[in-house]
Amino acid sequence: MRSGTLDYVVKRVAFALVTIFIVLTFNFVLFRLLPGSAVTDLSRVPNASPALREALAREFGLASSKWDQYLAYLDQLFHGNLGVSYVNQQPVWDNLRTDVANTVPMVALGTVVAVIAGITSGLVSAWRRRTPADYLLTNSAIAFYSFPTQWLGLMLIVLFGSYLPTTGMTTPFQIGGSFWQQAGDELQHMILPSLTIALTLYGQYTLVVRSAVLETLGEDYVLTARAKGVRTRRLLTRHVLRNAMLPIVTLMGLSFGYIVGGALLVETVFTWPGIGLAVYQAVLQRDYPMLQGAFLLLTISVVVFNLLADLLYARLDPRVSG
Amino acid sequence: MLPVAALDADADSDARTGGDTGTGASGTGASAGARLRVILRGHRAGVVGAVILLAFTVLAIGAPWFAPYSTTAASGAVFAPPSLHHLLGTNDGGIDMVSLLMAGGRISMLVGFSCAAIAAVPGLLIGVLSGYFGGVVDTVLMRVTDFFIVLPTVPVMIVIAAVWGPSLLHLIVAISVLLWTSTARVIRAQVKSLRERTFVRRARTLGMGNTRVIFRHIVPNVAPLLVANSVVALALAIFYETALAFLGLGDPTATSWGTIIEDAFLRTAISVGAWWAIVPPGICVALVVIGAYLVGQSIEDELNPRLKVAHFSARFWSFRPLVGRGSEAI
Repeated sequence: MRSGTLDYVVKRVAFALVTIFIVLTFNFVLFRLLPGSAVTDLSRVPNASPALREALAREFGLASSKWDQYLAYLDQLFHGNLGVSYVNQQPVWDNLRTDVANTVPMVALGTVVAVIAGITSGLVSAWRRRTPADYLLTNSAIAFYSFPTQWLGLMLIVLFGSYLPTTGMTTPFQIGGSFWQQAGDELQHMILPSLTIALTLYGQYTLVVRSAVLETLGEDYVLTARAKGVRTRRLLTRHVLRNAMLPIVTLMGLSFGYIVGGALLVETVFTWPGIGLAVYQAVLQRDYPMLQGAFLLLTISVVVFNLLADLLYARLDPRVSG
Repeated sequence: MLPVAALDADADSDARTGGDTGTGASGTGASAGARLRVILRGHRAGVVGAVILLAFTVLAIGAPWFAPYSTTAASGAVFAPPSLHHLLGTNDGGIDMVSLLMAGGRISMLVGFSCAAIAAVPGLLIGVLSGYFGGVVDTVLMRVTDFFIVLPTVPVMIVIAAVWGPSLLHLIVAISVLLWTSTARVIRAQVKSLRERTFVRRARTLGMGNTRVIFRHIVPNVAPLLVANSVVALALAIFYETALAFLGLGDPTATSWGTIIEDAFLRTAISVGAWWAIVPPGICVALVVIGAYLVGQSIEDELNPRLKVAHFSARFWSFRPLVGRGSEAI
């Protein structure tokens, strides 16, 4: 590894760590601005006795100074303690683990579909630019990008609601059945939410791929390849797409934050019991520990994905870190 | 289908070359009106976008006078389908959808314009300072900008709005906090190139102070770029407003396109089959987003034809730029 690369990696990692640290601090400060104190929030009764309040204050270390509280917060965080949900009295971390396990397959399916469809249609519209096919693909991509995510989901319910399940992850009260039956049931519930995510991302990816391919098509080596008589199919996959993949891959990595936002809305529309629905319910029920935990988890994972995209970019294009 | 000729590098540059020769032939003596017409002819997509935005703005401002029915009292049956009296039917409360959309547009456009205006301030300030002074100032300001870029927009807005409580003002601030980053980056790149131009160097050699150079030469020259980015910011703000309203964080006392979608979802418009209560607000949002995009892109193309292909991805989302990285990024 060249020293430039190492330098670049260290810089990016340091930036990510600082970002995470600021987010942790922001999380601490922001929720201290809430009306009422943590004691009134925890006791959840208007006329809690002084004895109860004192006991709570002692238990949660609220009598100590703000600085000590901050240190205790960081200490607990590094030990994986995100607090206890006000609503179901379970550790936030345990709640979030189940939620994430539900979210990941649904979002992953949508993203994979979007990547495949986006690359294909971006490539086609760039290659056939200024033809009806290009206008059709580009216009539909812009349309799908412009529609609000939750609205697209609702439109899918209107169109396909009578054929496919629109709420939850499994059919309620369905007991028994083999593993495959259950998996099939879950997959059926997954179609519409995943499709919504795929459609919103599809618009973005098509346009990004189209720009990247258009830029590559203007390069001299593409002209050389065509002069050599390389066949269209090979030219597009081996010469054009391969080089265009550089911005495409990184932009897809960077779109992770956007995917998170989309997942929040999609899960609310389809009551998919993932982290997005958890955030929605935490907001409605004023379950601040859950909201904090989900916020930290989402933000940190976005920061980490951005870091990975940066490092991948440097790996694909040595000039970046040079 | 909407015209997207501006998306296409070739079609657009053809049009512009035609336009340029036109200006050249008529010479510098041509009237401002004629020159404007030539420019507009090269940017048909931009004109379409401007017309869309203008139409929605006029409807938003004039809603109390233009709206055919009241938005607080029922004027028809519950979920009445579209008819000659109610062009887009009525909602769950028997309220006319056309009137409701106009009232909602008022709040949505207000959120859009306010957020764009608020976000323009740090966008311009950080962009100009960073690009003009370079060095440590640039590094620090760009790291701060990178920090805001990396944050996931919707969760941060949710947390701020949830903690602060639902109100229109809080919503506007929560959205604006993350809306300025791409403006700052774009303006910084432009300022970096401006400060090396002859007229700026000459002004500095003649002893003009930094403040004067910035206000006399730099800011006027980045103003069009600021407008282009603010137009896109306006659309993004409306987009985010619908998301936050849908998650129950909108102002409960104000009707916006976002709350119309939320209400339709919560109040069984779908199971009743009342598509007219839910389709139009989404179309309105999409039209404003497309209109803003077309206008923003036309302005940018006119200013900097070289960016044309790459900028769609670089500007429209808070993605990082395609050209260059770190301090060299455009």
